[in-house]
Amino acid sequence: MPVQTSIALYLLNRLKKAGITPVVAGNKAANTLLVVADTERHYLGEVMDLDRAVALISDAKRDFDLCFVFIHNDAGVSYAATMGAISKAKLYTLVYGEHFEDQVHKIDFPCTTIAAKAVHNPLPLKKAIDEVKPWDA
Amino acid sequence: MGCVESMNYEIVLRDATFKESRDYIKSHFREYIDVPPGFKVFDVHVIGLPPISIGLDGDFIIFPYTKPCHGTFLLRVEDREEAARLRARKK
Repeated sequence: MPVQTSIALYLLNRLKKAGITPVVAGNKAANTLLVVADTERHYLGEVMDLDRAVALISDAKRDFDLCFVFIHNDAGVSYAATMGAISKAKLYTLVYGEHFEDQVHKIDFPCTTIAAKAVHNPLPLKKAIDEVKPWDA
Repeated sequence: MGCVESMNYEIVLRDATFKESRDYIKSHFREYIDVPPGFKVFDVHVIGLPPISIGLDGDFIIFPYTKPCHGTFLLRVEDREEAARLRARKK
């Protein structure tokens, strides 16, 4: 999904400027997109495998204050529900894509949902994030 | 038992939604248990909306395995010890 890496880097920058240390957890493809886009690590800090992150949190070896789950398909909703169940973090779901409303309707667990029809143009989702200002939480 | 790739698994359902996989387990297997997200089956922390259903059929365990880009797969793996461990949760 084209907007994903752009929005992730934008969010990382806003969090870092607010004094929040971000940790990225994704599958290999998503992580590689970020690492290549930010070769000199201006925005990225720690990057880890998504399933390893789930394992660490499930086993109470690690946890976070905030959690942003990027969602553009059913699997994204499943991961967000999982984070809501295993982590004490304040949960944000970022929902985008052509059929973002289908995914929003599946979210029946406590979280703050930030959603927009964004596929190639990240601005609608950026605007929605800016309205919520999660870095001020 | 190690990671999923090293298991001798059969794919029962592929590219499904989480709800489809849960409905499949409840409609096709008389015996199943409900577990919370993050529950460990073999070395896999299961992903999904609670409750997550895991089917049991003799020594076979049927459980959801979610990949971020491909949705949820239902896997069927034979393991007597793991099946017994899961059944013990019902008691």
